[in-house]
Amino acid sequence: MPKLSLSTTGPLAALVLLIVLGAFLNDNFLSAGNITNVLARSAFIGMIAVGMTFVITSGGLDLSVGSMAAFIAGMMIMAMNAMLPTLGIGIPLVLAGMAVALLVGLLAGLGNGLLITRAGIEPFIVTLGTMGIFRSLVTWIADGGTLSLDFEARQFYRPVYYGGIFGIAWPIIVFAVVAVAGEIAMRHTRFGRYCEAIGSNDKVARYSAVKVERMQLWTYVALGLLVGLATILYVPRLGSASGSTGLLWELEAIAAVIIGGTALKGGYGRVWGTVVGVLILSLIDNILNLADLVSPYLNGAIQGVIIVLAVVLQRGKSSAEGR
Amino acid sequence: MKRRDFFGATAALALGVSLATGAMAQDKTFVIGVSIPSATHGFMGGLNWHAQQTIERLEATYPQLDFVLATVGEPGKQVDDLEDMLATRNIDGLVVLPFESEPLTGPVKAVKDAGKWVTVVDRGLSQPGIEDLYVAGDNTAFGQVAGEYFKANLQSGAKIVVLRGIPTTLDNERVDAFQKAIDGSGIEIVDMQHGNWNRDDAFTVMQDFLSKHPKIDAVWAADDDMALGVMEAIAQAGREDEMWIVGGAGMKEIIKRIMDGDKQIPVNVTYPPAQISAAIEMTALRFVSDTPVYGRFIIGSTLVTQENAERFYFPDSPF
Repeated sequence: MPKLSLSTTGPLAALVLLIVLGAFLNDNFLSAGNITNVLARSAFIGMIAVGMTFVITSGGLDLSVGSMAAFIAGMMIMAMNAMLPTLGIGIPLVLAGMAVALLVGLLAGLGNGLLITRAGIEPFIVTLGTMGIFRSLVTWIADGGTLSLDFEARQFYRPVYYGGIFGIAWPIIVFAVVAVAGEIAMRHTRFGRYCEAIGSNDKVARYSAVKVERMQLWTYVALGLLVGLATILYVPRLGSASGSTGLLWELEAIAAVIIGGTALKGGYGRVWGTVVGVLILSLIDNILNLADLVSPYLNGAIQGVIIVLAVVLQRGKSSAEGR
Repeated sequence: MKRRDFFGATAALALGVSLATGAMAQDKTFVIGVSIPSATHGFMGGLNWHAQQTIERLEATYPQLDFVLATVGEPGKQVDDLEDMLATRNIDGLVVLPFESEPLTGPVKAVKDAGKWVTVVDRGLSQPGIEDLYVAGDNTAFGQVAGEYFKANLQSGAKIVVLRGIPTTLDNERVDAFQKAIDGSGIEIVDMQHGNWNRDDAFTVMQDFLSKHPKIDAVWAADDDMALGVMEAIAQAGREDEMWIVGGAGMKEIIKRIMDGDKQIPVNVTYPPAQISAAIEMTALRFVSDTPVYGRFIIGSTLVTQENAERFYFPDSPF
């Protein structure tokens, strides 16, 4: 029996509506350039949000991802500048920088995960703490200013954001791969099922011989790695990191996950929904910039209304469906 | 001040009571509180750096001065800081850059009412007459100087886009002055959006401006962080030769480019983060000398061109 209720199509319908609205308001909306811009912009939050989907599905939360991205970007830039004299400009330098980003991401995620699972502290508190720590650290290492990648090194690294194959930019390709891998992991692997089981009822999961702590730890480690991956693609864009890098990314990522239909209290996750959620968020920004619909002072209000509407739409349907 | 040395240590004890109000003694230490927003973006980073440098230098020069530096991320916390300074650090003077004018007016007035010296920097309080000294950059001139450059260097009918900062009165003053300056020149502002003085935000806003408008002759980015984001978006679209950009505030990377004669970013308008140094120095003078420093001290916004750029280049500052 094909199940096509509005609860699943809700976010998709909102996305289609936004695309139609955008195309109606501005001729350039559907141009290849604009579509590339929007998708490439979405990639950072998108990859993070895919990781966040697993964390939230298993009943956790991570508020530190935005600050973590800034911190990783800072460490990556410092490491690359430091290695420049020995490695010279070339692929080894870029690969070394990427390795640093992934390593720092892994350690940051591991730190969050261990504090939550081993020390048994609420995820909200742990990641609120690390959010402040990462943000302060990046401000401190940047001396309150901006850390910039060496000019020549950046010119070499730049194509990682702006280049691509077959006209598709690298961030979009990587985002697509991450999204597909995430969807498979959630739907077709033991890891995904365990995440949902833990999120619905961690006691029952434990009695069913699921290693609850270890699974939760993995979700934070995976998220840390994805933040590292997002940073790898973010750094070549502007070649700099400062205290304002990645500001509020955590909230955007969480909002995208919830818009996509994942339950904030855990137990049910939908990776493709998250991708739709991310696209909805960046499209709203894009459309508001392309069309002079309202005073720019009201941009935040429009975003708020659409986010709430997108969720109301599907919640209304799913509760009706449940009766 | 040499005269004071004749009194010596014992005499100072006897004088203690009368000097408590006199406030010019070598032997008495004065505590000056400095409360500024934390280094959340380039300009504030520079301001924090200059504040620290100045305090270090003044503490070395004047052993009788003590400084308490507090940086905050939001207006509410700044109120707490001011209360703490008054209650526990026993400050004699305060140098404050109010996070926001309205919420900080009351608390700063309380410091003044307690009989302390108050220096307000950059953002004025919403009630006049509270501060002893007001030190600020000139926001109206900031917009006006930029506007005049646009007027002088663009033909009638030219199309420009404007990136605004975080919605504040300060931003309004700048944009109003800019619009007034180009008034009657036939230059058309085809789009205006908030880039929030943020490099990433400016990048995305400019990307969208570039998709939307086939012809743009110039960009007023109004801030050097935003100018860098704008340049990156223009480079991506391959439209570097079509338009030039004017930022603002004098970031060292931008000043360097102007020194090197970069066509894409021909000039800059100053709004020096080192204004905090002026405020702290003048407040210190109040306690160590008889120099009159009360009143208003407005630091002009000047046009930085290739000829004079060297004067505004501070390679050691983080901004």
